[in-house]
This record gives sequence, structure tokens and C-alpha cells, in this order.
Amino acid sequence: MSRHPRQQFDVLVVGGGPAGMAAAVRAAESGRRVGIIDDNPAVGGQIWRGGSEAGSEASKWIERLQSSGAGVLRGRVFQQPGLRILLAESDDGIWELAFEKLILATGARERFLPFPGWTLPNVMGVGGLQAMAKSGLPIRGERIVVAGTGPLLLAAAAYLRQHGATIPIICEQASWGNLARFSTVLLAQPDKIFQGLGLKGQLAGTRFSASSWPIAADGRTAVESVTISRRGKPETIPCDYLACGFHLVPNIELPLLLGCQIQNGCVRVDDFQKASVAEVFCAGEPTGIGGLELSLVEGEIAGLATAGRIAEASKLFSKREKLRRFARSLDRTFRLRSELRSLPQPETIVCRCEDVRYSRLREQTGWRAAKLQTRCGMGPCQGRICGPATEFLFDWKPDSVRPPIFPVRVESLSGLTGDSDLELCEITGGRS
Amino acid sequence: MRSQITMTVNGAPIVVPSGTTVAVAMAIAGQTSRTSISGEPRGPVCGMGICFECRVVIDGKPHRPGCQILCEQGMDVNTDE
Amino acid sequence: MNAAAYDVVVVGAGIVGAACADEFTRRGMYVAVVDRDMVGGGATAAGMGHIVTMDDSEAQFALTRYSQQLWQKLRPELPIDVEYDQCGTIWVAADEEEMVEVRRKRDYYGQREVPTEILNAQTLARLEPNLRPGLAGGLLVMDDAVLYPPCAARFLMERAQKQGAKLHLGRSVTQAGRGRVTMADGFEISARVVVNAAGACAANFTPGVEIKKRKGHLVITDRYAGFLRHQLVELGYLKSAHSISNDSVAFNVQPRRTGQILIGSSRQYSADQTEVDSGILARMLQRAREYMPGLAQMSAVRTWTGFRAATPDKLPLIGPWPGDSSLFLATGHEGLGITTSLATARILVDQITGAKPEIPIQPYLPSRTAMEHVHA
Repeated sequence: MSRHPRQQFDVLVVGGGPAGMAAAVRAAESGRRVGIIDDNPAVGGQIWRGGSEAGSEASKWIERLQSSGAGVLRGRVFQQPGLRILLAESDDGIWELAFEKLILATGARERFLPFPGWTLPNVMGVGGLQAMAKSGLPIRGERIVVAGTGPLLLAAAAYLRQHGATIPIICEQASWGNLARFSTVLLAQPDKIFQGLGLKGQLAGTRFSASSWPIAADGRTAVESVTISRRGKPETIPCDYLACGFHLVPNIELPLLLGCQIQNGCVRVDDFQKASVAEVFCAGEPTGIGGLELSLVEGEIAGLATAGRIAEASKLFSKREKLRRFARSLDRTFRLRSELRSLPQPETIVCRCEDVRYSRLREQTGWRAAKLQTRCGMGPCQGRICGPATEFLFDWKPDSVRPPIFPVRVESLSGLTGDSDLELCEITGGRS
Repeated sequence: MRSQITMTVNGAPIVVPSGTTVAVAMAIAGQTSRTSISGEPRGPVCGMGICFECRVVIDGKPHRPGCQILCEQGMDVNTDE
Repeated sequence: MNAAAYDVVVVGAGIVGAACADEFTRRGMYVAVVDRDMVGGGATAAGMGHIVTMDDSEAQFALTRYSQQLWQKLRPELPIDVEYDQCGTIWVAADEEEMVEVRRKRDYYGQREVPTEILNAQTLARLEPNLRPGLAGGLLVMDDAVLYPPCAARFLMERAQKQGAKLHLGRSVTQAGRGRVTMADGFEISARVVVNAAGACAANFTPGVEIKKRKGHLVITDRYAGFLRHQLVELGYLKSAHSISNDSVAFNVQPRRTGQILIGSSRQYSADQTEVDSGILARMLQRAREYMPGLAQMSAVRTWTGFRAATPDKLPLIGPWPGDSSLFLATGHEGLGITTSLATARILVDQITGAKPEIPIQPYLPSRTAMEHVHA
């Protein structure tokens, strides 16, 4: 394992998605020594996967980041060995990241709910399939059913269709009524929804069904069809892929590890995005699922705050408040309906890492008992997939996190052997 | 025009454009990433390195998350059993 | 508010409490078990789940051997999720000095009819190819086994319940003794006998009992089938367990049926926080890598901590507590709780019913510590 020299930052940003980029830009432009640590090959997070290919707004921020002098390191934060130090693992070693202030911009992940056949190959998340497509998965001419809940369904369906896939149907579990309120349109019609989200061109004519959800995926070695419930009636649709995800959950493992206060599954922050732990800030989805624009403005506020630019940060408050209202309406609109709790059958796998089936979990008294008795949540995903599912199905509350917050090589947990190397390192040639 | 990468998936050679992830290469080759502990074939789900269903063996090293690793020339990838 | 009177109420639903409940109900007693959390929590949930015959002292040998034989008899009834695996233990000798210890152990076990086999360097390497080259050899104890403790505790408790035991979970105990157990909400259970099987928390209920928490760390890897076949322990393990003041680590790995490797072990005395200690974790893993370099590249999926219940003389406390004719202890098992749980239950119930125990019980009597105070 190679020893990267210890990195020292004024501001360390964990996560290189929109919130992280905005925070890093603002802090670095204010003259602070800033580093971003992210585990993807390029910045942009999930929504701007592919970097500059993700659109003009993404390109603008990427350029600004490059000019700002902020450094970008590739790695996964897994442990806090001491005050104001984080360890991150990379392919060839570990980074020791020392900082004065920390901005957590760890984003969100999709929520998956189990139903018969959901473990078949080519049943993926909505963002998951889109990410695969952006990473080269050929989808031209493939039939992709898009299901679940949330604005991600339409955005992803538009992308997939634009790249040549056929979308037989988009199934949204929310009701027409909820959707109509969300898009502030009185008449709940698919085209109005698409229009409201600026996607009319990409999705014109695509079948869209509200109050609909998958009840089974079928196929031998991969998915071949999905049966959905539409207004209570089953309908089977042949497909090559099923993209299914039920909105997003915040990635709060690192905030939890650091001891940040959490409320309703989100990191509590003050007006300046400051969390409950000294010198720790949080921006973007971990403070509450709110989408791209909110992530950007929260990132900017956090970055400005860490640079002491309080007045400028305050000027962004009203924009943030507007966007937070939008975020709250997201929450209400895409709330999961109780029928989804009845989707798994006794034999349906709930914990994919350990193949624990629904019937075994049903008899457990809580998350910790389930973990110990069935090993649900003890696999490499560390409960990231089955945790939100069991929280919804059984109202189980997750327990505390311990390092490593991602699986890492044993050698990475074995400490920084040898002398402690305090050499500072210039990461990028940057601004003056 | 992107360059091409030649690699092997479960013993068979395939060619993919550079910038393709290992998970996608497995899919293009029609191979499952891994076999679950009860013997089910599994493939990528989350696309962002969290679900660990895309784990494959790369150049002899097991449990590598294919969706976060770019294909490289000469890579040897096998289903993670 | 009172519950119906029981013959026995057991405080603690870990492996020892569950074994006691099982044994007592089998002998026809009416039993209640109380725990603030779940069955098989505490150290039971955290430990390595090994079943080993130890030679630290005659008393430790007698208890571990007796209990191991009970586990072997129980084996056919254990459900599959208990993952009982008679993989054996290899005590690994790094040098000639430790081989002397290997021969001593072989003689000790041999005299007591515990089958073992001395391994020279070549045989050791053949049996465990992933150990580093250059080790001197080891001792294979083939009767030793491993299992998955939370499910073992659940199995024993379910059997107890089928035999009539009543389980009260999620109840914090505030007082245990004088013929009753009182819960935080005021609920009381009265019984002729109260058993303190509360492990590292035993002193909460029996003031004056000399039990200290001894923190341990563990790491579990992803699945690497075939990497490790036996439980492996370095002979320095004993030096670590002996030390009463220093933090220490020792090489101790265990294969799980899943192919995952369980990596231990560490011991800390003055540590009562449940948080993972990065420093001692690192030391523990460095030690493990010295013996098995291949561990370095393995994926570590989880780490956790637990508290062993340690007594000053390293033997458990099994028997009546002086000064309270209703109170019995079944605690202080340090790292041998899984191993000795079944024998603990047997010799405890023998003492309560007046039956003759299979092994001499004086070394485990709680009164031995009280005697020391008298003589002091």
C-alpha cells in the first residue's frame, strides 16, 4: 500500500456532486485551501455523471471548480482516526485528510423496495440504469419499463428515450391528485406533467400511469416482463430492463459517524449549513432531499460560511427558502403508499447481500435483532439497501454506524504504519 | 472517436469503447456479475457503488465493484462466485 | 404489581442466561428470564463464538472440557443457522520457544484424553497455506469448534420456552436479589432463586462482585472460501489474557461457514466506551497480518466491539452469593462464555437442586472472593 502524504486543507469537502462542487468553488474563490474527496472517476456526483457531458450548467460549475484552485482527490472516506482528520481509501492506498473545516456533501441514494423478482438481473434502480447507460450500456432499441416514484422517473425516462430506448410505460405510485398539486396543474394529464417538468419534448406520447407500481418481475436468467398494478388491476408488460426506484434517501453515514444530530433521517443544520458538530457543515441532499438547485445553493452557503463570508451567504437565504418549499412538496407528493408494504411475498429476498427472505424478517423484533439473528444488513452494503426497505416495511430504526463506513481493505484499517508523515502536498497548480 | 479496449470476460474476449465501466462490459458480454449466496445470478442495481451487486473478480482480485471501475486494456474479469 | 412466583428468575438472556433457562426448565423448574434488550445480545452478540478446551488451569480445563463435550452432544439438535463447525483450533508457534509450549500443551491434553496433534512447520503450512512462511509449527486440537452465538442463544431460549420458561424482553432491571427482580417500570418478579447472568453488567445488580469490563474488537471480512480452515490462535494469546493492566492484542482468526474471516483479538481494561478504537484496531490488524499477510488485501466489511466480563482470577463465578440465600451468580466468563455456557448451567442447577456436579465446583464459587476479603 502506498502512503500518500498527509493532506492539509482549510476546508475539506466530502462529495463532488453539485453541492460539493458549489461549496468548494465558493470556499476556494475566497482564498481558502480546499480539497474535494469523491469516489467517482470524475466530479459531478450522480445527477451530473459524465462531467461536462451532463449539460451546460454542469460544465459551468466544472470550469469554475477547475479555475478555483480547489483540489480533487479520488477516494472513499471510511474512518475518523482523530479530531479534524478523515481517512479515505483509494485504489492504491489511503489518504490522510486533515482539515480546519469540513463540508459534508455526501448526496443521496435510491430507495429500493422488495417485490417478487426484484433481484433478477436487469432489474436496476432508476438512477442506476441511467448511470449504467451513461457508462456505456447499450440501450438503443431496448424496452425499459420505468417504475417507482419521484421526479427521477421522468428525468431518467427522458434520458433513456433520448438515447434510443423504448419506454413502454412509466409507473408512478403517487396518485394523480398528488402529482397535480406538485406540478401546480389542475388537470392531471401526462403531457401537463411532462410539460411542468420541462420534459415534454423527450417524453411526448409515453404512457404514464399514476397509482401504479410493480408487483412482480419475471424471467429466467434476467427480467423478461414486469407485472404492474394499475388502479388495482394487474397488467404484464414484456421488457428488457426494469428501472425501479422509490425516490431517494440521504447518505448520512458519515455525518452519523462524526456525531452530527439527525432528525427524520436528515442532518440538522443551521442557517449557515452548520451541523451540530464543531467545524462540520452539511449541504445538499443529506440535509433533506431537495434536488439540484437546492443542493447548489446550500453548497454555496456552506462554502461561503466556511470562508467567513457571512453577508454573502445570507443573501442566498431567500433563494434557499424558496427551493426548500419545493423540496417539502416533493416529500408530500412522493410519499410511499401503504400498499407497497404488501409487495414482498414470504420468499422474496429483502437483504440482497445475505439473501435473507421476507418471512424470516417478519418475525424479528427490530433492526438489531434482525441483524444478529438473520445477518440482514451485515453484508458489504452495510444496510444501505435493506435498511430503508426494512424501515418502510417494519418501521425499524437503524442503529449506530461504526467505521469503516464502506468496506475497505484490511490494510487500510491497519493504521498509518511507520512514521507519521506531515509533509504537505500541492495537489493542483492552481490560482495564485 | 474513442479508442477500443480488448479484455476478457469469463474467458471470452470482448471489445468495448474506452470509458466503459466493468459492470457495463459484463452486461455487454451477457454475463452476470456475481452469484448470490443462495445461487441467484445478480447484476448491478444502484450504479453508484453502494449495493455491491456488481462485484466481479478483476485480474484475480475478488469483490471489486464493477460499476465504479473503468475497463482497461487486457483486463481479465470473471463472475464473483 | 407482582408476577406469579417462579422457581428461578434469570437476569440476562445471553448465552449463559439462555443455557441456564434451558437446563433449569429441563429439570422441571418454572423459570422466568429478563433482559433489557434481546436474546443473545451483549457479549454473546459480539464474541467469536469459539468452543475451546483451555489449559490455563485445572479448573479452567475441567469446565471447558466438560462444556465442550456437552456441545458435541447437543450438536445434532442445533439448527443450521447456529453454524456449528468442528474446524478445530491450531495453536500457532512462531519459534522454537513456542514449540516448547506446544509440547507442554500436548502432554497436558494427552494426560487428560483430549486428542491433539503436533504440527511441524511443513504440516502447518499444508493445513493452513495462508500462514506466513517461517513459523515453527503448532498444536491442532481437533475437538474444538466454532458456532454463531446469537442463534445458539436463541435456540436454547426457544427450547426453554417450549419447556415452559417465560421471557421478558426489553425490561431494564434495577434490583435483583432477596427473592425478587425489580424492573425499571416497577414490575416485579418473585422467585425462590435469582440468577445473575448479566455478564459485563453483573456488578450493576450484585454490588461488590468483582467483575470488570474487558473490551474487545473484531473485524469481519467479505467471503473468501477456502482461505482459512481452522481457528488459529497465536501462543502469545495466553500472555495477552494473563495481562491485567495493559491493552493487548493477539492473533486470533476464525473461519465462518460463509467463507468470511473473523479477525481478533484485543483486550483493554479501562475502556468502557463502545466506540471502535482506531488505534487498537490497527494494532490488532497489524498483528493478524504478521501471521497471515494475505489478510491485508481482503475487504473488511464491519468492525465492532464488545465487553467481556472478567474476574481477577480468570475463572467464572458460578454458585451462591454469600449474604443472600436466594441469589446465585452465573457470570464472569471472560472470553469463554460460549464454550462454558452449557457446563455453567449444569453445575449451577446441580448446586440449586443438591445434585452432585460432574466436576468439582469449588474453584468457581463466588464465596471464594468473599473468603479472600475475610482473610485479608
